[in-house]
Amino acid sequence: MKKYSVFAIAREAMRGHKGWEEQWSSPEPKKEYDVIIVGAGGHGLATAYYLATVHGITNVAVLEKGWLGGGNTGRNTTIIRSNYLYDESAGIYDHALKLWDGLSQELNYNVMYSARGVMMLAHNVHDIQVLKRHVHANRLNGIDNEWLSPEQAKEFCPPLNISRDARYPVVGAALQRRGGTARHDAVAWGYARGASARGVHIIQNCEVTGVKRAANGAVMGVDTTRGFIGAKKVGVVAAGHSSVIMNMAGVRMPLESYPLQALVSEPVKPVVPCVVMSNTVHAYISQSDKGELVIGAGTDQYVSYSQTGGLHILQHTLDAICEMFPIFTRMKMLRSWGGIVDVTPDRSPILAKTPVPGLYVNCGWGTGGFKATPGSGHVFAHTIARDDPHPINAPFTIERFRTGRLIDEAAAAAVAH
Amino acid sequence: MLLIRCPYCEEERPELEFRNAGEAHIARSTDIAGESDDDFEKFFFIRSNPKGIIYERWRHMHGCARFFNAVRDTVTDKFVMTYKAGEPKPAKLPGVAK
Ligand SMILES: Cc1cc2nc3c(=O)[nH]c(=O)nc-3n(C[C@H](O)[C@H](O)[C@H](O)COP(=O)(O)OP(=O)(O)OC[C@H]3O[C@@H](n4cnc5c(N)ncnc54)[C@H](O)[C@@H]3O)c2cc1C
Ligand SMILES: [Zn+2]
Repeated sequence: MKKYSVFAIAREAMRGHKGWEEQWSSPEPKKEYDVIIVGAGGHGLATAYYLATVHGITNVAVLEKGWLGGGNTGRNTTIIRSNYLYDESAGIYDHALKLWDGLSQELNYNVMYSARGVMMLAHNVHDIQVLKRHVHANRLNGIDNEWLSPEQAKEFCPPLNISRDARYPVVGAALQRRGGTARHDAVAWGYARGASARGVHIIQNCEVTGVKRAANGAVMGVDTTRGFIGAKKVGVVAAGHSSVIMNMAGVRMPLESYPLQALVSEPVKPVVPCVVMSNTVHAYISQSDKGELVIGAGTDQYVSYSQTGGLHILQHTLDAICEMFPIFTRMKMLRSWGGIVDVTPDRSPILAKTPVPGLYVNCGWGTGGFKATPGSGHVFAHTIARDDPHPINAPFTIERFRTGRLIDEAAAAAVAH
Repeated sequence: MLLIRCPYCEEERPELEFRNAGEAHIARSTDIAGESDDDFEKFFFIRSNPKGIIYERWRHMHGCARFFNAVRDTVTDKFVMTYKAGEPKPAKLPGVAK
């Protein structure tokens, strides 16, 4: 792997940019690997990267039915924060946040992590109580999160409407300054390049169609559209399709898959300096470096794999955005799209061993897993390499739905993302 | 937006009148306190989440307010049929192979 640097850019500028090499190779699948990862999203690629760099396991294949990063990784609104309520969640999301800081250097790839601050709005007494509870719980866990008055919120984000006669007036806000955004595609590409350079095979256009188990029940490998590929360890990291693949191995999951949509506006000059989210009016917004407003909507109410959602969901979100930011009422929206998110009953992920020996699963990130990508890959690689969870992901089992030890961010999270 | 046929009102109405109420034909135990943890987990948390034909409940919230069941393809979001609550799971589906 040739290192990217300012000197490399200068050198290539001198010779007509003919010396850039492919960022990852596209090898033919081997008959067998030590580990197979199903799904080349950010989480799967990060898992492969840390298997290679931290655990020295490089005989790894990442199988992807489409193109790498084409799932939710390339469809999300890239909000990063770690101000979750419960200790377990604080542990895993803040582990990720610490890795975001420095990830560009680690990968030698600019993932454009920008700690521009994530501000969550309160519109009523209940919101104030919930957000202040988060601020206090976060402080006890050593996570930054502070309370702002409406005036301070407007100072932090000038286009915000804090007038008292708004339908849902802003009565305060919680701000996590270390929160922000990153470039989603670059995250997938950076991990793919790093993993590939260390010998990991990334095999695109290769859909897993079955999971083969030996007589003793253990995993033997997977059937794919490019034939059978053997491995004694298989990690399923397939977001909305995780339950489909787990079903192939005979494991029924506590998951449901829903469409979640986002949209972007025409590009304009810098106007939104941070991320603003509101649970009550249900909308969140940031501005990309290209100048587009990036707006996230809600999920549809029914299970679907269609990767499209209802138009009324977007309309509802835009109503909310225009309420929060009246200056955007005449902006034009350019594109909208959907992804399929896998939601658990307690809205916390599952990163765990499964009842099938050699089969591991990393799923249930639902509407908010992009922010966790580096941390998730890091602890999931540990889980696969040692056949034992890392202390950070140990609480995120499948069995918690039997024992009742839920991590109930469903009721507690200030907002879905 | 989906168009959904309410089997009680006997007409297609826009999705906004309805609330999805999750997977259908999951029977609640008559002795819920006596359920094993395994069975309770299956009843309460485990879902089939199929890519393909799903049996699901809907409620005609802003119409007759009644619950009913539907068969839908989760890839195309097309409804195969809807039927009244309490009716058995249809053995044969109109226009579906297999
Ligand atoms: C519109 C939208 C907005 C979002 N906004 C945010 C946000 O602001 N902040 C945040 O933190 N999170 C957000 N999320 C959630 C976030 O995108 C996901 O939690 C995260 O990207 C999941 O990453 P992943 O690598 O697990 O999944 P994915 O990137 O979806 O990767 C899974 C891969 O598995 C592949 N696959 C599936 N089935 C098979 C098969 N049979 N064989 C081989 N490969 C298969 C898929 O093609 C896919 O590439 C959002 C999601 C959406 C859809
Ligand atoms: Zn009706």
